[in-house]
Amino acid sequence: MKQEQHTPYKKRSQMQEIARRFVRNKQAVVGLIMLMILILAAILAPVIAPYDPLKQDLLHRLKAPSAEHIMGTDELGRDIFSRILYGARISMTVGLIAVSISCVTGCVLGAIAGYYGGMLDNVIMRASDILMAIPSILLNISIVAALGSGLQNVMIAIGISSIPGYCRIMRASILSLRDQEFVEASRAAGAGSFYIIYHHILPNCLAPLIVQATLRIGSAILSCASMSFIGLGIVPPTPEWGAMLSSGREFLRDAPHLTTFPGLAIMFAVFAMNLMGDGLRDALDPKLKN
Amino acid sequence: MSENQNLLEIKDLSVQYVTVDGTVHAVENLNLTLKAGETLGLVGETGAGKTTTVKAVMGILPTPPAKVPNGEIIFDGRALNRLSAKEMRKIRGKQISMIFQDPMTSLNPVMTVGEQIEEAIRLHNRISRREAAKRACDMLETVGIKAERAGDYPHQFSGGMKQRVVIAMALACSPKLLIADEPTTALDVTIQAQVLELMKRLKNDMNTSMIMITHDLGIVAEICDRVAIMYAGEIVESGTREHIFHRAAHPYTQGLFGCIPNMLDEECRLIPIQGMMPDPTDLPEGCRFRPRCPHACDRCAQGAPLIEIEPGHQVKCVLCEKEA
Repeated sequence: MKQEQHTPYKKRSQMQEIARRFVRNKQAVVGLIMLMILILAAILAPVIAPYDPLKQDLLHRLKAPSAEHIMGTDELGRDIFSRILYGARISMTVGLIAVSISCVTGCVLGAIAGYYGGMLDNVIMRASDILMAIPSILLNISIVAALGSGLQNVMIAIGISSIPGYCRIMRASILSLRDQEFVEASRAAGAGSFYIIYHHILPNCLAPLIVQATLRIGSAILSCASMSFIGLGIVPPTPEWGAMLSSGREFLRDAPHLTTFPGLAIMFAVFAMNLMGDGLRDALDPKLKN
Repeated sequence: MSENQNLLEIKDLSVQYVTVDGTVHAVENLNLTLKAGETLGLVGETGAGKTTTVKAVMGILPTPPAKVPNGEIIFDGRALNRLSAKEMRKIRGKQISMIFQDPMTSLNPVMTVGEQIEEAIRLHNRISRREAAKRACDMLETVGIKAERAGDYPHQFSGGMKQRVVIAMALACSPKLLIADEPTTALDVTIQAQVLELMKRLKNDMNTSMIMITHDLGIVAEICDRVAIMYAGEIVESGTREHIFHRAAHPYTQGLFGCIPNMLDEECRLIPIQGMMPDPTDLPEGCRFRPRCPHACDRCAQGAPLIEIEPGHQVKCVLCEKEA
């Protein structure tokens, strides 16, 4: 009998359900595998990398890909493959931390605005409108200009500039859920405000948030790369994909591999995140069962 | 509790919705009593204030627009409107619970039905998850759904089954009073009959009192012991089922019955009540039904109190005054 389990009925938990639906989606699985490769590459960089990413070898400058250097060397003779592996660490960190900053701040602000409404709602939403009106690259540049360059400040800048997106998503979800009958029903069953927000409202707006977050990791990596590309991001010796692109630009004609490989790495990461995000969106919707 | 004691007593309850366009007098000086084990039908048109009345009893009126200027709600000897929010939460769901109109939206789409019934149980009982889950399964079986379906999500159920789940949630803590807000409106007729039968049976099994909000007099005839007819925020007539169905005294009640096709007579047209419900921000003086009433006279402008024309049968109409 099925009944003789942990709980009296077979509990199909949310996580299991989501995982089941996620695994069925081939694109999503491909995205996940790509992401795993990236994470492994970042973690195992010291093991995999054949050379020190910072070690210069001026005798072997701008070498095309060969058996010795599978992605060739850059203008200072550094191994590009090793630099890309180490670069993955920075990109992953930037992606995760910048998204965490904006996700947490945006959600809290959006929840406050949506739940309490009125004056507070107006102040928060108009402030986020102002942030939205400024092009994000311009906003990033001005924040970094004010705080000074460096990994930490780049993450903060990217985080701040994507707050409004989360804020709006969270507020919209809360507004549409607050007056739903099941929320009222839960209140009628004796639940308190906090319980309702945590158990009924939050799980219902999780799907768009998770999707937004995964998609945003990709664009955060991209933003970081573009900040480094214009010279405001990561300080030169540190291997970072955008900075590598930027410095390889001068040799585009003679040594295209200097820009090709970092570019491919960025594409790989963003593509992986987008596939993941799309798959998650489908997996998180319990009504989309097939 | 002795048999004749009132489980619920609403005294002079008024509810207003204060908006920029004016104050809506949703409920005014409403008096209502409900004995233990009794089923009361609250009948009226859309906008008559039925739902507002029961939401006031539950204490779940949306408080920025809603205001309760006067009135007392006494449930089981306690004045509900004087309780703190925390005390009130202990009563909601445990002592009084509510079934909402639309089963499609009153279940959380991302929780399994088992979890939602468990929630109702665990909010009021200190028991383990496992124990709660077991009781949730029992509740499902009670309402006629197989226990193994507890792990399914609401969208995997049909409308009638969802309403059964909602009933299971409402009855999970064996409340003393069950408020059903048009529980069958969203269901089709065959399912309506099943759900009503189920509610009637469970109500008797658990010895629960019930307030049934409806605008379907057929439902009233089927399960209610007493009936209160509401019009524009007031109770215009109340009495036992026999009083209302056989000796309706208020012109509005008579009008309602005129709108029901009679199987025995050959009728070509029904007799509707002329006109519309009055604007709730601008109610007529005196009797509120006066503008639509076929028997309206000068005395109606003063309005009438609720008068008892026979034991347990009260009517708010000047026409009945002379008879009494």
